[in-house]
Amino acid sequence: MNNPTTLFDKVWDAHVVRKIEDGPDVFLIDRHFIHEVTSPVAFLGLESRGIGVLYSERTFATADHNTPTINQHLPVQDPLSANQLQQLETNSAKYGISHWGLGHQKNGIVHVVGPENGITLPGMTIVCGDSHTSTHGAFGAIAFGIGTSEVEMVLSSQCIMQPKPKKMRVTINGKLGKGVTPKDVTLYIIAQLSAAGATGYFCEYAGEVFENMSMEGRMTVCNMSIEMGARGGMIAPDETTFAYLNGREQAPKGEAWDRAMAYWKTLKTDEGATFDLEYTYNAEDIEPQITYGTNPGLGTGISKNIPLATDVIDGEASYKKSLGYMGFAENESIIGKPIDYVFLGSCTNGRIEDFRAFASIVKGRKKADNVTAWLVPGSHVVEAQIKEEGILDILTEAGFLLRQPGCSACLAMNDDKIPAGKYAVSTSNRNFEGRQGPGSRTLLASPLVAAAAAVTGVVTDPRQFL
Amino acid sequence: MAYDKFTILSSTAVPMPIENVDTDQIIPARFLKATKREGFGDNLFRDWRYNNDESPKQDFVLNNPTYSGSILVGGRNFGSGSSREHAAWAIYDYGFRCVISSFFADIFKGNSLNIGILPVTVSPEFLDKIFLAIEADPKAEIEVNLPEQKVTIVASGESEDFTINGYKKNNMLNGFDDIDYLQSMKGEIAAFAEKSLY
Ligand code: SF4
Repeated sequence: MNNPTTLFDKVWDAHVVRKIEDGPDVFLIDRHFIHEVTSPVAFLGLESRGIGVLYSERTFATADHNTPTINQHLPVQDPLSANQLQQLETNSAKYGISHWGLGHQKNGIVHVVGPENGITLPGMTIVCGDSHTSTHGAFGAIAFGIGTSEVEMVLSSQCIMQPKPKKMRVTINGKLGKGVTPKDVTLYIIAQLSAAGATGYFCEYAGEVFENMSMEGRMTVCNMSIEMGARGGMIAPDETTFAYLNGREQAPKGEAWDRAMAYWKTLKTDEGATFDLEYTYNAEDIEPQITYGTNPGLGTGISKNIPLATDVIDGEASYKKSLGYMGFAENESIIGKPIDYVFLGSCTNGRIEDFRAFASIVKGRKKADNVTAWLVPGSHVVEAQIKEEGILDILTEAGFLLRQPGCSACLAMNDDKIPAGKYAVSTSNRNFEGRQGPGSRTLLASPLVAAAAAVTGVVTDPRQFL
Repeated sequence: MAYDKFTILSSTAVPMPIENVDTDQIIPARFLKATKREGFGDNLFRDWRYNNDESPKQDFVLNNPTYSGSILVGGRNFGSGSSREHAAWAIYDYGFRCVISSFFADIFKGNSLNIGILPVTVSPEFLDKIFLAIEADPKAEIEVNLPEQKVTIVASGESEDFTINGYKKNNMLNGFDDIDYLQSMKGEIAAFAEKSLY
């Protein structure tokens, strides 16, 4: 009998073209996503070396990071952004890469459109020049973010050179309480482990909580793996995964589907396989979460007070700097803090379930006057679903506007910038200083917490509305 | 992109004893709009370095003429966050060739090695010694010896070994990059890729 192995080992080992002694593995990439910001220099590199793209059909391009979220039918105003979008289009055309540019019906955030179109499949290796590529791990794929030099490697050789990460597993059993969403699960894990706690590891999520989670929820969790320092996260594919994939445009069909299914069913960690690191938590201990500091590890249950410096892993000086930036003090209550902006969107929480959750609270209520809300679907497909399901009517009725798809205020490269000093409850993934605009102050939370804040104008426990 | 070889670097160093320095601080997203790898050094640590009116923030270390050199010494978990290689480009373009910390985020570390910056991981204790040495004498020399994998505080002679895998070390010593290597094994890759399920 074979040694028991982990899901991660099964997928990783099947993609090692060559092992270099005292060096990285030459690692084959099945699918590669590119966008306008981290690819242009890679294409320039190809040109200066006089080399081409090896397998253009394994790379997909979408414009998302730097696109406007209103009036997408008009020419992009900012000349630098317009130039990046143009380069993505030109480079894709030149090398025969599928390109879903601004206005294309499949356009959207790279980590939303990949799964939506069935490009992301179990057992694949997937990379993109964006650290939240870890999202695709929800399907039992090994997926992680890469730098531009590596984008050039994948284009030219379909491989990158990677040392194999160590393995960890986070198991959560039990039932999640009312109002506790996948975003809360991931923020909880990151708060336990800190923003660097999983550095050097690839994380598998296991246990009842993840087994019972929808694909959208699993994507939210895997998405945030990078925020605890992990290279990526993954969840073994199961019936939920297969049901999601069945019928998606690029997913296998007919006999190919059956063959794929036979393989996909082998993609799980064997009984007795070992990890370098294991953590176990209880679902009952998790309440809706919110961050109060300037890294995603600085979060806590919404009903708790901001911790004392002595109770966090970060050093005291860094912690004080963080709270100083946020304008918060130790031991203050987070509930009741006035806020100025709400951002619903990003590859973390820009899917249909997130809009449904948001709508479930704002329905029949009104947006608070002091709040500016940016609701940004992750893709045109999500946008269409929002309209079809009547969610748009609920949002409009409550005083909200729906914007057009893109990364938007997640990284604030376009015009969607939170002004200096303002507080934003955001469903995105990073609360770094200035991440959402110079001087902006971000509190990361779930779509339910964002909705509760949007209708009350202050940080509010969403459970009172459910 | 090929880079200069790295063997022994002896230089004064710039201290930045802050934890969790993320790549959004190293280079904010709004400066990622370029389509060429040029001029990123001007925006290195942009929002820590300049006020809104573009005047330099006097208390930020890069604006303090007391400190200079081609080594940057950072606190724990340096380079966390976004995968933007622009962060490494900005550090390189500004004139640093080496970053020393007690702990690096994975992607930043990989990106640095790919473009010719040497990330050197030392123990938290040795990192403190380096910070103290620079505090005592801002012109303190730090020597980073890649062939011997050793970092030394020159004045006191205190040193510590660091690790780097043999493949990456060879690349840094010779200014090679991974793309050259991968190009040399294209036949093997194609044979492997043809058999792959996807
Ligand atoms: S939404 Fe944010 S994290 Fe996601 S791909 Fe866009 S910029 Fe990256």
